[in-house]
Amino acid sequence: MRFDWNWEFTAEILPRLLAATLNTLIAAGVGYAIAVVLGLVLALAQRTPWTPLTKVVRELVEFIRSTPLVLQIFFVFYVGPQFGIRLSPWTAGMIAIGLHYSAYLSEVYRAGIEAVPRGQWESCRALNLSTRDTYLRIIIPQALPPSVAGMGNYLIGIFKDTPMLSVIGVAELMHTANAIGSEHYRFLEPYTLVGVIFLAISLPAAGFVRVFEGWVRRKLGL
Amino acid sequence: MDMSAYPLELPEGDRPMVRFMNVTKSYGTLTVLDDLDLDVAEGEMVTVIGPSGSGKTTVLRMLMTLETINGGVIYVDGKPLTHMERDGRLVPANERYLREMRASIGMCFQHFNLFPHMTALQNCMEGPVQVLRLPKAEARDRAEELLSMVGMIEKKDQHPSRLSGGQQQRVAIARALAMRPKVMLFDEVTSALDPEVIGEVTTVIRKLVAEHNLTMLMVTHQMGFARDISDRVCFFYSGKIEEQGPPDQLFGNPQRERTRQFLSAVKDAG
Repeated sequence: MRFDWNWEFTAEILPRLLAATLNTLIAAGVGYAIAVVLGLVLALAQRTPWTPLTKVVRELVEFIRSTPLVLQIFFVFYVGPQFGIRLSPWTAGMIAIGLHYSAYLSEVYRAGIEAVPRGQWESCRALNLSTRDTYLRIIIPQALPPSVAGMGNYLIGIFKDTPMLSVIGVAELMHTANAIGSEHYRFLEPYTLVGVIFLAISLPAAGFVRVFEGWVRRKLGL
Repeated sequence: MDMSAYPLELPEGDRPMVRFMNVTKSYGTLTVLDDLDLDVAEGEMVTVIGPSGSGKTTVLRMLMTLETINGGVIYVDGKPLTHMERDGRLVPANERYLREMRASIGMCFQHFNLFPHMTALQNCMEGPVQVLRLPKAEARDRAEELLSMVGMIEKKDQHPSRLSGGQQQRVAIARALAMRPKVMLFDEVTSALDPEVIGEVTTVIRKLVAEHNLTMLMVTHQMGFARDISDRVCFFYSGKIEEQGPPDQLFGNPQRERTRQFLSAVKDAG
């Protein structure tokens, strides 16, 4: 065994990997956008007074959280066509990863909403605010700051999980590194670079999330 | 339950601002209020006292529709609050009807419950703008006038976290009044306050009693305060009104043994 790091080869493949990084960021961004919105829908659906709906959504969230992401990606991409749902790798990947993380985010929101004191709900009632205003103007703004930390963790989590999309051929970073490796029979440089790129993005992002959390608190006067 | 004993609307000449008619409230097997009858006249200040667990706070919470009731009917300004008319009969009120009726009731809480992400002024404008659909300028004028009344105008741009308990409670009173309720409920509004700031809140309530024709229901442990400002005092004991009357009579010459025991226990403590 010997360690022969090839700088020439590194320089040669770096542009290709950086281009793929853009795809990784897009995948994480789009998947996260889906998860943020859908997660809120799942969280609020569990708070409706209609028990059949809350039960179904509760089970759905538990089901998604209890099965592997890679299985869900395969399922949407390969099983979908049997039901006439044919999706491109990108679309299937975004749906699977967005849905997966929406289940986790819904739990973050749920905890945030439950952390709002009961007295706040009673004040809303005493002031006769509509359910919509109660949520949008009073409860969610207060549920947000405690949720930001958890939301940030899952933003980094979804980013780190994008390599799973390579299994259905989404041309993100991991997929590209695999391709480079098979073309040149060299895996050390591409995989190391993938690790370095992920690290270079994750670490500052984690710091940014902490700063953002403080900013949200100040902004809301909490 | 036979609802025919309850009128769809109280008749002219017998329309107190608030009427509890055979109201029962229980949690499982625990009966909190047992067949309660209580009238509060327009402009009257009624204070509810009693040991903890006697159901006194529940009376206010039912009136604010924070609690449902298990039996009887509550009327506000002659109209049923807990029920609504359908096909000539009273049925439990739906949310839409409750929203309509709730507009005439305001409430202040023991722990103030101001919105922490809004300034004092924004707290007082929220209801008028979002619920009453007042133009912003008008809501602001109204809020500022009320904040002046409670002596909080200088702090109008502060968030609750920057205010003392007494100051928060005064803002909470202004916020409730901004909705122009006919009935105001005060639920132990001084209980969470440090002794030295209780006076600033009771002064505001005294001012309300003196200058406004509001109907008020108050739960308090401040016996001296209750005696000073109430038109009538109700002593609750295990879900029933054990004794009620003008404050001088109830505090000066209580008729019932339980009232005497309670008052002397409170006196010993305070």
